Amino acid sequence: MQIYLPIAEMSVNAFLLLGLGGIVGVLSGMFGVGGGFLLTPLLFFVGIPPAVAVGTQGNQIVASSLSGVLAHVKRRTVDFRMGAVLLAGGLMGSAFGVYIFTILRSLGQVDLLVELCYVVFLGIVGTLMLIESLRAIRRARLGPGALPPRKRHNWVHNLPLKVKFRVSGLYISVIPPILVGMLVGILSAIMGVGGGFIMVPAMIYLLGMPTKVVVGTSLFQIIFVAAFTTLLHATANQTVDLILAVLLLIGGVIGAQIGTRIGSRLRAEQLRIALAVMVLAVGGKLALDLLIEPSELYSIAEARE
Amino acid sequence: MIRLLCLLLLLPGLAAAEEVVLGLSRDEVSISTTFDGDEILIFGAIKREEPAPAGNPLEVVVTVAGPSVPVTVRRKARVAGIWVNTDAVEVDLAPSFYAVATTGPFDEVLSAVEDLRHRVSIPRAIRSVGAPAFIPDSESFTDALIRIRTEAGLYRRDEGAVDLSEETLFQASVRLPANLVEGQYATRIFLTRGGRVVDVYVTQIAVNKVGLERWLFDLSKSHALIYGLLSLVIAVAAGWGASAAFQALRR
Repeated sequence: MQIYLPIAEMSVNAFLLLGLGGIVGVLSGMFGVGGGFLLTPLLFFVGIPPAVAVGTQGNQIVASSLSGVLAHVKRRTVDFRMGAVLLAGGLMGSAFGVYIFTILRSLGQVDLLVELCYVVFLGIVGTLMLIESLRAIRRARLGPGALPPRKRHNWVHNLPLKVKFRVSGLYISVIPPILVGMLVGILSAIMGVGGGFIMVPAMIYLLGMPTKVVVGTSLFQIIFVAAFTTLLHATANQTVDLILAVLLLIGGVIGAQIGTRIGSRLRAEQLRIALAVMVLAVGGKLALDLLIEPSELYSIAEARE
Repeated sequence: MIRLLCLLLLLPGLAAAEEVVLGLSRDEVSISTTFDGDEILIFGAIKREEPAPAGNPLEVVVTVAGPSVPVTVRRKARVAGIWVNTDAVEVDLAPSFYAVATTGPFDEVLSAVEDLRHRVSIPRAIRSVGAPAFIPDSESFTDALIRIRTEAGLYRRDEGAVDLSEETLFQASVRLPANLVEGQYATRIFLTRGGRVVDVYVTQIAVNKVGLERWLFDLSKSHALIYGLLSLVIAVAAGWGASAAFQALRR
């Protein structure tokens, strides 16, 4: 069934979009990533103009993240306090990121920077996560005697403004989470994504949160970041296509519910390996695009004054 | 006698001996939610005050052009091992859609001079004033524009697609693709003899979004904030709705 998109000004197959939304929704519910880093390239592939794809996918992420979070809230795996602290940092970071983005755009080559950012961050995050989870699994095979070393007290624990994060079982200063939130906010504003794929590993490895809590908490803060960007795109660029968004999010919300159920059956290490492999696959694909000579060297863009 | 006729045809400004009388299957295309391309039948007759002149046969050229906008064509090149956009050429005006249909081989139907004057062929329909001096091969950018849009079905040249019977009745059907842009589509019909244009007829086909498409498009432009909030409300409702539905299913 073909549906004409009013803002993208093109006709697409409705079932294709429902399917894409569904796949990204499943991943979102499983891993706590918004799925923007997957959905945007997929939409480009379908032929949606880049500006509309970037502007619209935020709306789909709001829906699928909310659907996922509600499932996590029922299982009490959302650390609202931690989410709020990360969000505060994140909003500060994204405001700063938008500012950097504007400067870069005036210098040109912003597309290249975004692509390089993707390749570098997906590569680093994916590799680190894969190595760590493989090690964790090997440790688990060695038997219960070889427990991972207990969390040591280091300089992080000596920082002021300590707060109890009961759900995460942490008693640490709010400064590291705010910094993590800010960093992710800056990157997500530049790269045009919710930042889940950076946030999730940062929460696990930098903040030491338990994997089960990380997914719900990450989704919780992604809702707000994605809602904020959707509003920005709708008012500043008018590139949010509601019909496209509705098709994607119908698939997305259903997928997210299924994803959370799959995620709750997997073990934490398996979940992290699967996320690492997916992140590496997307990063590898983008790296190949940069390295292999494209079949069409030319591209057309509507000139905007 | 023949010489006199030739002279008459050569002289512009004289009342055309042969004129187009046109009909369109419709002069309006509505883009609704389920729009999936459309086909427009362009048909007409040739009116004459006197018998058809002998000599070169009559030929018909039909063009349909979508709204023209400036576009930027970028080219990638290898820099430090990776492929990046390096050169860019601004094409001043390029139609979003362009179809040319003729009764015969294009070069025989229309001479190069007439093509230049009336901007009939695809390369002529694109207006490119000049590229930056440091790009020597600016034609390859317009060639690329034509190639990419032809592959996308947006630019089409259909030789022999116009049916002409008895040098009097003609018809052509122009297929409009699904990724159609709103606007006025200029439609021109040329009558030619021996490569020269005998008569031109110009009309418009209006392509408009209707219904939900129209409403959403207008809202996104005139009340951007309300539109943005509306999309968030839909997202939140869908997210919550799916969660509630799955909850109900489990019970």
